[in-house]
Amino acid sequence: MTATSRSDNFEAEALEEGNTQMRINKRWLRLTAVLFAFGLVAAACGDSDDAAPAETTAAPAESTEAPAAAPLKVAIVAPSASDDLAFTQSMVDAVNALNRDVEVAITDGTFIVEEAAVAIRGYAEDGYDIVIAHGTQYGGSLQEIAPDFPEVTFVWGTSADTFGLPNVFAYAPAADEGGYVLGTVAAQMTESGVIGVVGPIEAGDAVAYINGFKAGAEATGDVEVNITYTGSFGDVALAAEAAEAHVSNDADVMTGSAQMVVGAVGVASDNGVFWFGTQANQTSLDDDLVVASQVYHWEVVLELMLEQIDAGVLGGTAYEINLANGGLVLEFNDAVELPAGVADSIDATVQGIIDGTINTGA
Amino acid sequence: MSEFFTASVLVATIASAIRLATPYLFAALGEAIGQRSGVLNLGVDGVMLLSAFGSYYTVLKTDNLWFGVAVGMGIGVVMGVIYAVVTVSFHAQQGISGIGIFLFGLGFSDLLFQEQVGTPKPISKLPKIEIPLLSDIPHIGEMLFRHTLMTYIAFLLVPVVTYMLMRTTFGLNIRAVGENPEAADSLGVSVARTRYATIIIGNLFAGIAGTSLVLGLGIFQNNLTNGQGFIAVALVYFGAWRPVGIMGGALLYGLVSATVLQWKVLDIIPTSASDLAAMAPALLTIIVLVVVANRVHAPAALTRDFDR
Repeated sequence: MTATSRSDNFEAEALEEGNTQMRINKRWLRLTAVLFAFGLVAAACGDSDDAAPAETTAAPAESTEAPAAAPLKVAIVAPSASDDLAFTQSMVDAVNALNRDVEVAITDGTFIVEEAAVAIRGYAEDGYDIVIAHGTQYGGSLQEIAPDFPEVTFVWGTSADTFGLPNVFAYAPAADEGGYVLGTVAAQMTESGVIGVVGPIEAGDAVAYINGFKAGAEATGDVEVNITYTGSFGDVALAAEAAEAHVSNDADVMTGSAQMVVGAVGVASDNGVFWFGTQANQTSLDDDLVVASQVYHWEVVLELMLEQIDAGVLGGTAYEINLANGGLVLEFNDAVELPAGVADSIDATVQGIIDGTINTGA
Repeated sequence: MSEFFTASVLVATIASAIRLATPYLFAALGEAIGQRSGVLNLGVDGVMLLSAFGSYYTVLKTDNLWFGVAVGMGIGVVMGVIYAVVTVSFHAQQGISGIGIFLFGLGFSDLLFQEQVGTPKPISKLPKIEIPLLSDIPHIGEMLFRHTLMTYIAFLLVPVVTYMLMRTTFGLNIRAVGENPEAADSLGVSVARTRYATIIIGNLFAGIAGTSLVLGLGIFQNNLTNGQGFIAVALVYFGAWRPVGIMGGALLYGLVSATVLQWKVLDIIPTSASDLAAMAPALLTIIVLVVVANRVHAPAALTRDFDR
């Protein structure tokens, strides 16, 4: 959302505040239900006054710009926390970066597919224009739900499959591309010649990133790339221990994918090991050791989908973010000094991938 | 496979197993005390999450680790009082109440994290304490005597809890209330008071478990425990309600997890079998539980309400 005038700014702020309140209200609803069941309503409702400001913030947003078009209502259903510094946050950031007025609702933390399905259907019933099912595992549910709401656009990823449905867009990252580039940098930074990788479940963009990273590292130097899939997207403690295992096997550079890597970054910090991130910028986890992150900018393909929707096409196309279209951006941490010549090699590698002279192995 | 049987890898694996076992041990010892008095608490994971967030947020704001530990313990005690009031005074069904506590902990810790912190921010971790002389013993020192204070306390609690349960009047009362509350009551033992005490102690331990987890990792995330509290409940059955058995179960669970991770790193387990191997600790627990179920008996009054 770009601010073009004071009133736009005000509206954007009001919307953002309203979005936050919406999330709060959903959480309080869930919480209150539990407390009712538990018989502790009185104790918990005392500070649930957040509902009141939600109404007051909504009012001025409506009254300031009466003729303005209604904001686009976008819902995101995602498996992990909306600010996980990884997969889910990448989509939340992208929707907030869209170049138009957007009213966002988020249901996050829905690792259980059945819960996600309820949320997806609920948003469609509530009249949302676009429902983003941000998880490969939601595909089966979406296939059942989307035909019931032909006026709603469903956006699903990461996948290249729209199920042949006219109101489903799909999206996927060419995560191997950024992974390959970061792998080449990692191979030039390791002194022990051992690189550790902490992955979640062997599926989706995690595999693409990790395979690309390995291919890039091995194409650059004589390095050993050890890969550990912990078998979980959410087990932070296990990811930390996987990182410990890599360190005990002499890894001095590590990377990883998915939201549980925050535990692994902590181990990297303890041991002075360089870290490469993906999905979102992870520099805030360690200013000195996070070398670079491959950041997903889904807004690049979301904008293309919006153009289609404006033209009356509600789905049917699969999109990809990659280095060429700017959907994948490599963000380097200025605080980490790269060895001489590495910066030049990065540009050359990126260009090679874009023009097809470098094969990432995907 | 030969690369696994090198001193450095074995030392790292066992040290990892001990670290992984620590939160399980705290939580399971507390749960065992409760169950020996006849109270099942399925809310362990929720209490762990609440205490983990409380400790995390405190350290984030104050950078005082011990203040964080105190807050985590305090949350455990408060949750214990709540659970005791609900199940002992209000006679609510224990299983359902425990699940309520779990859901509350899961949702409320997430809510607080999202609203008060947002994006995960690293905090200071508990320092590793090297025990003088012992930590210098080759291999053994690195395996056993270079851990955080929480780890040492967890393992020291095993003999302490055993002694408390088996050699003290309070422990005798706990066991009596857990086996036959009517008989205990007829002998003048306050069933309600005893269960209040065990529930509060159990939740205190669950709180410490959450605190040790978050201060060991130095970061908090939604559903940080990832079901560790439920594994802890299973470990109580695994250990046949005895602290030493529980410690064995926690260590075995940690050792299998750590070994699987090392084997993945060393490419002993192919990547294609990675997800299958990740199930190994849980599968082992289920197998042992099946074996244990036929050999030992639970406290006779477990989950049974008592009302004079």
